[in-house]
Amino acid sequence: MATQVVTRQRPKPGFGTRATNTWAEMKRNRAAYFFMAPFLILFFAFTILPVLAGIGLSFTYFNVLQKPHFIGWSNYALLFLEDDVFLKAIRNTLLYAMITGPVSFFAQLGLAWLINSLKYRVGYTLLFYAPSVTSGLAMGLIWRVFFSGDLYGYLNYVLIRMGVIFEPVQWLSDVDTMLPIVILVSLWMSMSTGFLTFLAALQNMDHELYEAGKMDGIRTRLQEFCYITLPCMKPQLLFGSVMAVVRSFEVSGVAVALTGLPSPQYATHTIMTHMQDYAFIRFEMGYAAAISVVLFITMFGLSRILFRVLKSN
Amino acid sequence: MSIALPRKRRRKLKGEPIGLYIIITLMAIVVGLPLYLMVINAFKPLEELLLFPPRYYVMNPTLENFSNLLLATNASLVPFSRYLFNSIFVATTVVVVSVLTASMCAYPLAKSKAPGVNVIFQIILAALMFSPLVTAIPRFLIISGLRMIDTYWALILPAVASSFFTFFMRQFFEAQPSEILDAGRIDGAGEWSLFWKLVMPLAKPAWATLTIMAWQSAWNDEFGPVMFTRSEAMKTLPLAIHTLYAGAGLARMGAGAAAALLTTAPSVIIFVFLQKRVIATMAHAGIKG
Repeated sequence: MATQVVTRQRPKPGFGTRATNTWAEMKRNRAAYFFMAPFLILFFAFTILPVLAGIGLSFTYFNVLQKPHFIGWSNYALLFLEDDVFLKAIRNTLLYAMITGPVSFFAQLGLAWLINSLKYRVGYTLLFYAPSVTSGLAMGLIWRVFFSGDLYGYLNYVLIRMGVIFEPVQWLSDVDTMLPIVILVSLWMSMSTGFLTFLAALQNMDHELYEAGKMDGIRTRLQEFCYITLPCMKPQLLFGSVMAVVRSFEVSGVAVALTGLPSPQYATHTIMTHMQDYAFIRFEMGYAAAISVVLFITMFGLSRILFRVLKSN
Repeated sequence: MSIALPRKRRRKLKGEPIGLYIIITLMAIVVGLPLYLMVINAFKPLEELLLFPPRYYVMNPTLENFSNLLLATNASLVPFSRYLFNSIFVATTVVVVSVLTASMCAYPLAKSKAPGVNVIFQIILAALMFSPLVTAIPRFLIISGLRMIDTYWALILPAVASSFFTFFMRQFFEAQPSEILDAGRIDGAGEWSLFWKLVMPLAKPAWATLTIMAWQSAWNDEFGPVMFTRSEAMKTLPLAIHTLYAGAGLARMGAGAAAALLTTAPSVIIFVFLQKRVIATMAHAGIKG
């Protein structure tokens, strides 16, 4: 026991340099590093290292069989200047992200707020959350029947009965309807982590704040929401918005499940599916890495901007 | 008392926003429709599946589709039960290992002042801001370099490395009072026994959230099995179902629906059991700017 007490004492200031102080601190806290080690090793191997390696690879030509060789900015030049399909993928991704990102964020917040003001929440929470736990690939089977291009397709059947359309629409192979359907299905699946976080934040609100607000002249529920609820759940809003950004740019599972890879006329081609196409079908890893880096910078950059904006407000 | 009861009830009804219930119920019907279709199609016999116009209810519910699913996939070399086993094994392992590694890592991240702890947390926080999918290629190369392709390791280890799990646990621990730990230290407990005797029991409600998130990410993972497995025997449920039924016509719609139901049900059931605790702890996922 006695030795332990001695080792836990901080070294007196003024003795030794700062570096040795840090080293002593680290030694004193070695238990902390042991605790962190298992996760950090995995995190380094499967997240940090891949990010760095991906950036490195993006400057090479690499086809898996031969060793990668350095080719400078060529992949990026090719990507932005000559790859028309990539430009289409960017357009689709931006369109998709600009719709699903904000819509899913506000839908999650709005629904959480609605549900929170009800007494019977459990069933509604489950129902709205359930789509996000479905597997995109497995649910694709149901959607294919729903959007089937013949008269058996439920949507065609209903719309024809209602007189909206006169002949069946090829929903999943018509260039004009494919992307909207992918967006719709993704929105259906988007009541996920953010939704639960918002709901949790709302349910753990301090009710005294509302009482105090009433004293200060807050009358309507909307005022209450804007001036009391929202500021209180800022951390959760920040988390939810970052998740919405990340999810809205990682689209691919649903698109592939519904329209295949590559999709007809690249109508639902996104940056992510373009990357998959080059990486795992054509085995041009260097080029695919460059695509990933572009996507990485987009996601990370946007999240950082959101972070700054929400932090200052 | 007998007079007070109905009055109390009436006041409650008046306070309950009926309009809200109507709006939200309509929305719930729209959102629930595809799930409803999945359930009824899974139990429809073939003649009802082929009926035109399609019916929105089942007349003679049957388990035919489920048995067809098992038989149809039995014809190929890998029995359906193998996919089911793969999915359950991988998802369960990811949950258990994640709860362990994330809690262990999060405890010092929240409570220790050791040098570097803050930097490590900032890196983990930054990792939340991009999808792990953007690292797919180097990940694939690393996993093949480690000779893990086509093994369970390839499906489990990268899933455990998710930054969200550790981030969430760290936020949870951060909000817990330190006094109890200090008291433990004064009693002479080492960090290891503090962790098991005080920290982990304290974290139990947060496990629920971690469990549901880890389960889902592993169970519904589409990329891991596509990229890191080769043989049919290593495929997980969603991928197997997709490859078996994506091109199938109306005749196999029932089996497809049964398969989709079978893939969705476990996650929903787990959520039903954990919902209360998830809602109680999920607010900790907030990022304090």
